Amino acid sequence: MTAVLLTCAVLLTAAGILALIRAERGPSMLDRTVALDIIVTVVVAAVALYASAERRTDVVPILVVLSLVGFVGSTTIARFASVEPAGEGRVRTREEIAAEEAERIRAEDEAEQRRRARRAREAENAATDAPRPATDPAEVRAEHASHGDEARRAEVVPDEDRREHGDDPHVDEHGPGEHGPGEHGEGSDR
Amino acid sequence: MSWDWNVVADVVASICLIGGALLALAAGVGVLRFPDLLSRMHAGTKPQVLGLILVLIGLSLRLRSGAAVWALVLVALFQMLTAPVAAHLVGRAGYRTGKVRRDLLVVDELTEAQDQATQRGTPPEDAPGSGDRG
Repeated sequence: MTAVLLTCAVLLTAAGILALIRAERGPSMLDRTVALDIIVTVVVAAVALYASAERRTDVVPILVVLSLVGFVGSTTIARFASVEPAGEGRVRTREEIAAEEAERIRAEDEAEQRRRARRAREAENAATDAPRPATDPAEVRAEHASHGDEARRAEVVPDEDRREHGDDPHVDEHGPGEHGPGEHGEGSDR
Repeated sequence: MSWDWNVVADVVASICLIGGALLALAAGVGVLRFPDLLSRMHAGTKPQVLGLILVLIGLSLRLRSGAAVWALVLVALFQMLTAPVAAHLVGRAGYRTGKVRRDLLVVDELTEAQDQATQRGTPPEDAPGSGDRG
């Protein structure tokens, strides 16, 4: 039995190391996910091996827990982090980070100002004449357009675009039949 | 038939444990050497189901106590419930983000089906990146 246990331990160690190498190399997040899944399986097998070597039944709950939560990591990554935005693979310089931060703060300020203006306008409308709130959104939009909103929107567009792409794998929760066009578009513009 | 059944159980358990460990090793080799995401997933699924079940059979043959064996059945059940979910999500995300190498595929029914769906007529502005529409 000792020889068997040693053999299994060596095999599992080799498997874990190989999967770890893939997790380090993996060109994409999903490759790393697959490798980490294998590592979880190897850990489960190792715990089972230990339990069978010592004939201990009290480590069996560990196996139950591992088999339950082992898939959470890969599911989460596949759902939310499968698309790496371009340029995230390298470490950014201090200046780039500062510029991005300034951009973000400016966008937030502008959004806040826009919200305030809209709220003030709604309050004004509610105060003057109550029965015409239906026309409000159009008016507000027209007002923004007249105040040079296009320039601002043009700045925001790359950011929104990126976010949309990042969200893409988890946009659809309505069944398999309906994302044909979206998936096709994803594949074909690459 | 004058076997010692404990020895028999231990031998079978050893075979099962070694089988499971071999499958884990195969998965490690495969995930390191295979060229793209789908084939790596293929390699990685071997120890997740069959390897795990072999290891659990080996462990239950060693433990030989009712409660532990039922807990191990539960482990196998959970693994068989969760592994397909994770694999499905990983494969879908890989397909959508272009991690699938089309030149290595023998048959690609998903792309064909999508092309047909596109030809059957969807609004032209629907094409790029709007996955939230019917």
